[in-house]
Amino acid sequence: MRRLVYLLPLLLFLVLAGYFALALRPSYDPRLLPSAMIDKEAPQFDLAGLYGKGLALDALKGSPVLINFFASWCVPCREEQPVLMRLANQEHIPLYGIDYKDQPEAAQKLLTEFGDPYRRIGLDPDGTVGLNFGVYGVPETYVLDSSGHIRKRFVGPLTAEEVNKQLLPLLRALGKS
Amino acid sequence: MITELGHFALILALCVSLVQAIVPLVGASRGNLAWMAVGRNAALAEFALVALAMLSLMHAYVTNDFSVINVIENSHTDKPLLYQITGVWGNHEGSMILWVLMLGVCSAALALFSNNLPPELRARVLAVQGMIAAGFLLFILLTSDPFLRTWPPAPNGQGLNPVLQDPGLAFHPPFLYLGYVGFSVGFAFAVAALIEGRVDAAWARWVRPWTLASWCFLTIGIAMGSWWAYYTLGWGGWWYWDPVENASFMPWLVGTALIHSSIVVEKRDTLKSWTILLAIITFSLSLVGTFLVRSGVLTSVHAFATDPRRGMFILLLLLVAIGGSLTLYAIRAPALKGGGLFAPISREGALVLNNLILSCGCATVFLGTLYPLFLDAVGGPKLSVGFPFFNRTFAPLMVPLIIAVGIGPMLSWKRGDLLGALQRVWAAYIAAVAAVLAAWFVTHRHDIFPILGFGLAAWVGVAVIVEFAERVKLFRVGIGDSVRRAVHLPRSAYGMTLAHFGLAVSIAGFSASAFDSQVIASVHDGSVLKLAGYELHFMGVDRVPGPNFTANRSTIEIDRDGQTVAVVHPEQRFFPVQQQTTSETAIRTNFLADLYVALGDGDAQGNWTVRAYWKPLVPWIWIGAIIMAFGGVVSLSDRRWRVGVAARARRRAAPVLQPAPGE
Repeated sequence: MRRLVYLLPLLLFLVLAGYFALALRPSYDPRLLPSAMIDKEAPQFDLAGLYGKGLALDALKGSPVLINFFASWCVPCREEQPVLMRLANQEHIPLYGIDYKDQPEAAQKLLTEFGDPYRRIGLDPDGTVGLNFGVYGVPETYVLDSSGHIRKRFVGPLTAEEVNKQLLPLLRALGKS
Repeated sequence: MITELGHFALILALCVSLVQAIVPLVGASRGNLAWMAVGRNAALAEFALVALAMLSLMHAYVTNDFSVINVIENSHTDKPLLYQITGVWGNHEGSMILWVLMLGVCSAALALFSNNLPPELRARVLAVQGMIAAGFLLFILLTSDPFLRTWPPAPNGQGLNPVLQDPGLAFHPPFLYLGYVGFSVGFAFAVAALIEGRVDAAWARWVRPWTLASWCFLTIGIAMGSWWAYYTLGWGGWWYWDPVENASFMPWLVGTALIHSSIVVEKRDTLKSWTILLAIITFSLSLVGTFLVRSGVLTSVHAFATDPRRGMFILLLLLVAIGGSLTLYAIRAPALKGGGLFAPISREGALVLNNLILSCGCATVFLGTLYPLFLDAVGGPKLSVGFPFFNRTFAPLMVPLIIAVGIGPMLSWKRGDLLGALQRVWAAYIAAVAAVLAAWFVTHRHDIFPILGFGLAAWVGVAVIVEFAERVKLFRVGIGDSVRRAVHLPRSAYGMTLAHFGLAVSIAGFSASAFDSQVIASVHDGSVLKLAGYELHFMGVDRVPGPNFTANRSTIEIDRDGQTVAVVHPEQRFFPVQQQTTSETAIRTNFLADLYVALGDGDAQGNWTVRAYWKPLVPWIWIGAIIMAFGGVVSLSDRRWRVGVAARARRRAAPVLQPAPGE
């Protein structure tokens, strides 16, 4: 019995190693959308808005849009803020925000301080919408086409390179079709 | 040519490390002194070869050899010399070479300064080091070879990530890695002790300086990383609970537990199997951290290019190193007999409490970091825990530990007098209450936790001083007697006092960060911002060319009471090669508070976003860490590590051995 105690660290480690092995399987990539979601219709949502007006999926259909999950407690989100501001102000991309697991006052404070790149912001206080989208963490950005299908997902802060090489060309292509 | 020489040196280092891993081990089990002695020379040779490999890779960077793929991917002719050199480890392949080089430094130091060790133990320790080196050299050569060429050479390189083009890159990774990898020595000692089946006070005395030195390096490395993030990211934050930060913090937590529990082994000959386990876990966490950072299984702001083969390879290394050592532990540890008994209220008891809390803290960070991975594997929803999780779980967990730091050193070994100790630190209660009241009065805030944090800082700080005063019998004997006692106190006592005092300083810095004030505004020439009694006059932005960037350099005059106290120039730098912008903040500090100014984006009308923060006591976070590490260094200089006390103690017990030929 006493010996079992000494075996415990080894057993715990083996369980951990099993998890690591699972995480290394080719289909697991924290930066990729599970392939099941790509080109599927985005999960429905109809959220209360941060500034009065709500945010619903159906209202976004008609043109390609970006949906960005963010939170005031999320530091990488601040890192991508300049990129989002550029997208909104210079590229005039329709960018919508979903405030993920956050307090509205904190989010408002953040946006007043750092600038608000979003056309409208929906509140997702318990993270339900994020869960339906399969959000791993914030920030994440989704490209929806005009019919409301998910075409691309960006995990982590958007970088200028991702914007120039992937996001803008994709939006251009979606806009034409 | 030199690149090929480096490549060849790396392959040779692998061969030598295999010799180092096998020959001394076989020698030790057969009692063959000549074979055992191979370990020393092999360790020195391996270090020299890896250093040669590192230098030749540096040569390729400095000479802009764009036929080497690694140089193409990470360098550029416009890059200043400093970043051509430090950029060598600003990428995956190069940083793995740095990792192995630091391992070589540890092995070589071990080979040079272990003459007083019994030859079998020395041979086994060096052999374990050789195994680790062999594993990682194989990893580099098979999956991450920095010496590969391409033909024709590229006209120019892709440049180094601008965020890394900072003097911090010269110091942060070497210190951090030396800390990480230094724990391999403790690991090697633990494995060697399990093979021998013997752990005694002398063993603890040998291990402790190595663990302590690594701990000092890791402390400095983490602090530098935090400071780097603080001044370079431009948001005023100094800790983000990012997976990569957590990967360095976890070995630090367990390593801190280890340096405390090895005191118990040394002084009281008990807690042996626990200390062995801690030594294994500390280095295992360094390895797991390497796995998490390099395999890309977690998302992090420190994104490295990932390759599934690398992840698989490191996982195999983990299985061999951690799985192997824990198997050995499961077989051998039950036979390790504990020595001295102790009551729950005693110095040993306090150190056990320290170990329990630090281990729980580490487990919390571990769970928080790996939660997304665990949940995904069982098909659960995809979530991640952020800042709030760590603040709500880790911080409260540390409170009892911080309280115990004040009392623990006052308890005597075996059976302590808690009530007496609690009475003797009366000054600390007064200080804690005074600090809480003062903080509350000064800040007028109702955030209770940061205010209590000041109380804890004052508690630890004063209790540490009281404990020191007790040791030298201050005011109880004549002042001359006290001075004489202070002079004769062992250095390790000073080390403890300093390290614990540094903790108090850092806690004050952590707590004060809740009382920042900030102003973020869009400004134009002549705008004035008011912040914490200062006036910031924005005087415009100039375009200034840099070596490989162009900067928007702002000029901001800082006034207080109508007098100019400083003129600062926060910048935004644009790197055309990578099409990336970085922020160069301007920080004025008086060591009680930082005034932190960062320049944001501008628009066509000449409006610029300026972020200014007033951060009270924030420098104390890093000053405290430096004091902690300095305490470690002072403790390392204690004479009991230097003279052959340990060796003599051991020789009396073990049969006297003939020295190896050639020694």
